Amino acid sequence: MTTPNSSNKSTTTASHTGADTGTAKELNRAALVQLLLLILGSLAVIIVVMYALNWAAQATGSKSAATDAINYEARSISILIEQEPPQLDAMKSTDQVSGSVLGHIMEGLIAYDVNNELVPGVAERWDIRADGATFWLRADARWSDGKPVTAQDFVFAWKTALEPATASQYAFILFPVKNAEAINTGKLTGDTLGASATSDRVLEVEFEKPIAFFEKLVAFSTYYPAREDFYKSTNGRYGADADTMLYNGAFTVESWVHNSSMRMEKNQQYWNKDSIFLNTIHVPFITADKQAGVNLFKDGRIALAQLDGETLPTALQERWNIGRLADGSVYYLEFNHREGRIGGNLNFRRALQLTLDSSELVYRVIKIPGYVPGTTLFPTWLKGKDAPFRQEYPPTPIRPDREKARELLATAMAELGLEETPSLVVLAGDTPLARKHAEYMQSELKKHLDLDVKIDRQIFKQRLAKMRAGQFDMVMAGWGPDFDDPLTFGDLFASWNLQNRGRYNNPELDAQIRIAQGSIDQQVRMDAFGEIQRILIDQAVLLPDYERGRVFVADPRMQNLGRRAIGPDPDYSRVTLLPPTAEEAGR
Amino acid sequence: MWIYAGRRVIQGIITVWFIATATFVAMHSVPGDPLLSDKAMTAEIRANLAAKYGLDKPVFPDQYMTYIGNMLQGDFGISFTQQNREVNDIIREHFPVSAALGILAVLFAALGGILWGALTALYRNKLPDIIIMFLVILGISVPSFVFAALGQLGLVGLNSWAGQTVLPVAGWGTVSHMLVPALVLGLSTMAFLTRLMRSSMLEIVNSDFVRTAKAKGLPPTRIFLKHQLRNAVLPVITVLGPAIAAITTGGFVVELVFAIPGLGRYFVEAVQQSDYTVIMGTTVFYGAFLVFMVILVDLVYGLIDPRVSVE
Repeated sequence: MTTPNSSNKSTTTASHTGADTGTAKELNRAALVQLLLLILGSLAVIIVVMYALNWAAQATGSKSAATDAINYEARSISILIEQEPPQLDAMKSTDQVSGSVLGHIMEGLIAYDVNNELVPGVAERWDIRADGATFWLRADARWSDGKPVTAQDFVFAWKTALEPATASQYAFILFPVKNAEAINTGKLTGDTLGASATSDRVLEVEFEKPIAFFEKLVAFSTYYPAREDFYKSTNGRYGADADTMLYNGAFTVESWVHNSSMRMEKNQQYWNKDSIFLNTIHVPFITADKQAGVNLFKDGRIALAQLDGETLPTALQERWNIGRLADGSVYYLEFNHREGRIGGNLNFRRALQLTLDSSELVYRVIKIPGYVPGTTLFPTWLKGKDAPFRQEYPPTPIRPDREKARELLATAMAELGLEETPSLVVLAGDTPLARKHAEYMQSELKKHLDLDVKIDRQIFKQRLAKMRAGQFDMVMAGWGPDFDDPLTFGDLFASWNLQNRGRYNNPELDAQIRIAQGSIDQQVRMDAFGEIQRILIDQAVLLPDYERGRVFVADPRMQNLGRRAIGPDPDYSRVTLLPPTAEEAGR
Repeated sequence: MWIYAGRRVIQGIITVWFIATATFVAMHSVPGDPLLSDKAMTAEIRANLAAKYGLDKPVFPDQYMTYIGNMLQGDFGISFTQQNREVNDIIREHFPVSAALGILAVLFAALGGILWGALTALYRNKLPDIIIMFLVILGISVPSFVFAALGQLGLVGLNSWAGQTVLPVAGWGTVSHMLVPALVLGLSTMAFLTRLMRSSMLEIVNSDFVRTAKAKGLPPTRIFLKHQLRNAVLPVITVLGPAIAAITTGGFVVELVFAIPGLGRYFVEAVQQSDYTVIMGTTVFYGAFLVFMVILVDLVYGLIDPRVSVE
C-alpha cells in the first residue's frame, strides 16, 4: 500500500511552510462545499429519475392499487396470493393457488359450502346410481356473457381435458366416466365418452365401473364446464388472460397483470348473486414471502396472512387471533422396497417404527400449531361411514421402544447378512422445515440405533426425479388429497400405483384396495380401508411423521371465510363484512 | 474506435453463444425435468406432454439445434410453468420493472458510493471516516434479505407511527413503491463503491499532479473537482457496468419480499421448477445484457479518460 509512504510525504510538505497548511485547510473546506453541492446535485438527479421512472411504471400498467385490507363501504377486501396462477384453465389446473382462484370464478355441478358440505351448484338436483348418474341443471345458471350454462358445456370440458393433446395432469380424476381412460391414452376417440347431454339441462353420465363417491369428484375443478365456441375462439390461450376466460362462478376476473396483481368483481350473471356480499376482491400482491405477508397484514393492506414457524412469534406478540386448520396433507417416511435395498426388510422397518417418535417431532422440533403427529396414513379429518374414519377405525398405537428396536435391527442385519450397521441415504426437500426434520431424524437414528444417515437434500424437481428413479433408501414424502374419500390415500401403496415410489408390493394389500375401489357399499369399503390401515402399520410400510397444518391470521371483521382441506382454499366468495364500530368510524 | 467496437461486439456474441450452450448442457445434466410433478403420471400422459414440448427427441443434436435455431430468430419458446405465456412476453413485461428498480438502485449506489467515498477520504481516520467505514462493512457483509426484511419492517413502523400510509409496504406501480426496495437493492454495491472510491481518492490526494496543481496556485475547488474527483472516479466507472447487470439481475430477494413483479423472480424460480425455456431465455437475456454493459463501459472509459484510447 502506498498510503503510509505518501502520508509521510504530505507531512513533510506541510512542515515546509505555514502557508501550505492554510492551503490544505482551504482545500478541505472547498472540497466539502463541493461535496455538499454534489449531494444536492445528485438529489436533484435522483428526483428527476424517480419522476421519469414513475411515469414509466404507470405506462407499463402494472400497478398495485393502494387498497385497504377491508373496505366496508365499497364491500371489498384485499388479499395476497402466494404465486402467479400458471393458468386459469380449469381443465389443466393443478396447483393450490389456481384452485383457490378458480373456486371464486367457476362453479361445478356440485359445490362445497362454507361448512364444507356438498351443496347444489349448477345442478339443482342429481341422481347417482350404480351404473351412472343424471344431473338436472338449473335454468338460471349463466356464463358471464349472459348465455346459459348447458349440459353440453360439461361434456365439452370433460372431453377436452381427456384429449391426449391437452396433456392435462388431472385427467385421471375423470376416469370413473365410461371410456375416459381409453380416450386419455389415445385408444378411443372423444365421442365415445360416457357423458352426454340429453337436453340443454340434462346431463347423463355412464360409469366405467360402479363408484361410491362420484358426487365428491364432481365438485373437483377438472369437472368444471367450458363453452366450446368461446374456448375455440381463444386459439389455445384459454385461461391465459382475463379476457380469454368465461366465468360461471360468483366472481369474474376483471384485470390480471401477470405476477403482479388481479382484481375479481362480483359476477352480475351469477344465479345466486344475491347471496354474495362482496363486490370486489383485490389481489394487489403476489409473493410467497411469509414475512412480507405478515408485514402487509400489520399495515392493514391484506385481510389474511399465512404464518409459518418464523412469523408465528410476531403474530403471538401482536396478540392476533390465530386461526388454524389441517390442510389435508400427510407426511411420512417412505421406504425403498426395491431389491437390494435395506427398506425391503420388515424387521429393519419395524426397528425404525419403534425408534422414531412423531409426537416428539411435532411438539419439540416443528412446534407449529395445527400440525398433528402422524400415526397412520389416513388423516384425522377423513370421513368414515357415519363418523370420522379414525373414530370408526382407530389405528394400532405404536409406542417408541428403543430396546426392542435395537433387537429388531440386529435381527434384520443377521437376515441381510450385514456385519456393521449400514449407512442410509434419506432423500429430503430443501425447505427449512424439511431440513430441521431430516436433521432431527438423523440424530435420533444415530443416538438410538447407531445408524449413519446421509441426508440427500434436493430441490423440488430433482427430488421428484430421484424418487421416480428409486435413488434413495428412505424418502421424506407427503401426499395431499384430491377428493373427499379415504381412497385418495388408500390406494397409494397399491402395487400398480405410480405414486408408490418405493415399489411396495403386497398382494394382500392390493386385494383390499380392489375391494375399496370396486364396491359401492360404504360399510364394505370402510372395512377395507380399516384393513389397509392395519396392514400398513403392521408391515411398517411407511412411518407417518405429521399431518400438515396451516396457521393464519385473518381480519376479525371478515365473516364466513371458507377454509378447507379439499376444494378451493381459502374461499372468500361467501365472505361478509362487519360494519365498522362507532369508534373506528370516527377515526 | 468503430473497428474496436465491432471487434468487441463479435467477441460478445461468441460469449453469449457460449453462455447459452453452457446453460443448456448444465440444465439437461441435472436430474429432473419440467414435466415432473407431485402426482405421478402414466407413461402415456408423459409421452403426450413430452411430444408437445419436443422433449421426446434426443437432447443432442436435435433439441440443441432447434433451440439455437429458435434463439437466432429471437424466439425463446413457451414457459413450462405458465403454459400459455411466451418467454419473450415474460421478458418484455417483467424486465422493465427490474430495470426501473435497477436504475434507481444503481443511481443510489453510484452517487452514494462516490459521495461517501470522497467524504471518508477527506476525513481520513477522523470520526466521519470511522463511522462511514463501519457502516460500509455492515453493508458488504449483511445479506440483502436481512436488509429487505428490516426495510419493510421499518415501513410498517413508519406507517403505524404516522397513522397513514407514508410509503407502501410492498407492491408496485409508483415511485413510492420503489424507494426502499431500490435502496436495499443498491446497498451492498454502494458500500463496495464507497470503499473503492475512498482508496482511489486517497491515492490521488497525495499524487504528484495534485501537488503540482496546488503549487501552481489553482483554486481549491478546481483542484478537487478536476484533478482529484475526476481521476478518482475512474475505477468506480469500471466496476459500474458489471454492477448494473448484477443489480438488475440480483433482485430476486428484494422482488420477493416487496412483491415486485420483476424478472429476477422468474430467473430464480425457473431453476427450481426446471422450467427449461424460461431458464434459457432469462440466462441468455441477462448474459447478453451483462456483455453489453461491459462493452459500453469500455467505450465510455475512452470518453472520460483521455489517456485511454479506444482502438
